[in-house]
Amino acid sequence: MHIMEGFLPSPWWEIWFAITIPIVAYGIYRLTKITKSHPEAKPLLALMGAFIFVLSALKLPSVTGSCSHPTGAGLAAVVVGPGITSVLSLIVLVFQALLLAHGGLTTLGANTFSMGIVGPFAAYAIWIAAKKARLPTSVGVFLAATLGDLLTYVTTSAQLAVAFPSNGGIMGSFLNFGGIFAVTQIPLAIGEGILAVILFDFLAKYKGKLLDSLKVIKLPTVGATGRQEEGQ
Amino acid sequence: MNQKHLILVIIMVALFVAPLILSPASDFEGADGAAEQAISDTGYTPWFTPIWEPPSGEIESLLFALQAAIGAIVIGYFVGYEKGKRAKKKE
Repeated sequence: MHIMEGFLPSPWWEIWFAITIPIVAYGIYRLTKITKSHPEAKPLLALMGAFIFVLSALKLPSVTGSCSHPTGAGLAAVVVGPGITSVLSLIVLVFQALLLAHGGLTTLGANTFSMGIVGPFAAYAIWIAAKKARLPTSVGVFLAATLGDLLTYVTTSAQLAVAFPSNGGIMGSFLNFGGIFAVTQIPLAIGEGILAVILFDFLAKYKGKLLDSLKVIKLPTVGATGRQEEGQ
Repeated sequence: MNQKHLILVIIMVALFVAPLILSPASDFEGADGAAEQAISDTGYTPWFTPIWEPPSGEIESLLFALQAAIGAIVIGYFVGYEKGKRAKKKE
């Protein structure tokens, strides 16, 4: 999902920065609020960041004969909310842009949008929907992490398609980039879903109280209504 | 780790080993690089280049390994700490 340095022409890279900055700012606001109201949640936040660190460093082989990497952002979105996850994703993307020449500073807005915003917010919405549909918790976490991961790569494909329409127009270009990114990503996304379930089960067992207390403060705004109903 | 997790881990490992067995002729290049290539083929030249690049593939894989290691240390510490705390309570 990394768009390489300099590979987004103007005005696209500016547009993605403009969309991303306010959402990351909201994430920073949530982060400072949570660390103040729940200082005991700090190790949990570090854990979620670490999960993203590990998963986004693993380039795995896929059925298409190429390699890609998961993001780890879906689990973080379910546990600490998508706003905070956007900040965690940004940290990883800056690390990779500066030290690995993977992704880039000019494409940081676009990459944060796909990995730190679309993926986590989609994962969170799927998690809420799964709870409302009364699906088992593991199924909800799996679907959230898997589909969130996949949607990140669909987003990257769309971002490149609008910036680089081919002879077949934006749609033709989207299918082309989708073939490179999204199809490769399917088995990886399933793998990420599995890892997310395993770590979530651990957290539910050992940190259930903390997760509950984070829920009380209705962490992410999108889930506010869902969680209220749950409490009734 | 219970049975459910064991089965899940086996499925996951199979998912990542299968491509290597099913398509041994593939070169397994990165998808990010493939997209980069597809764009370059249209005649586009990037207008900005990375400020610093790892001087070799070895240094790059060193930094990727470092990234994963940092994350793995934190996860391992957290899991071990919580398990130890719980075990101590039961004593």
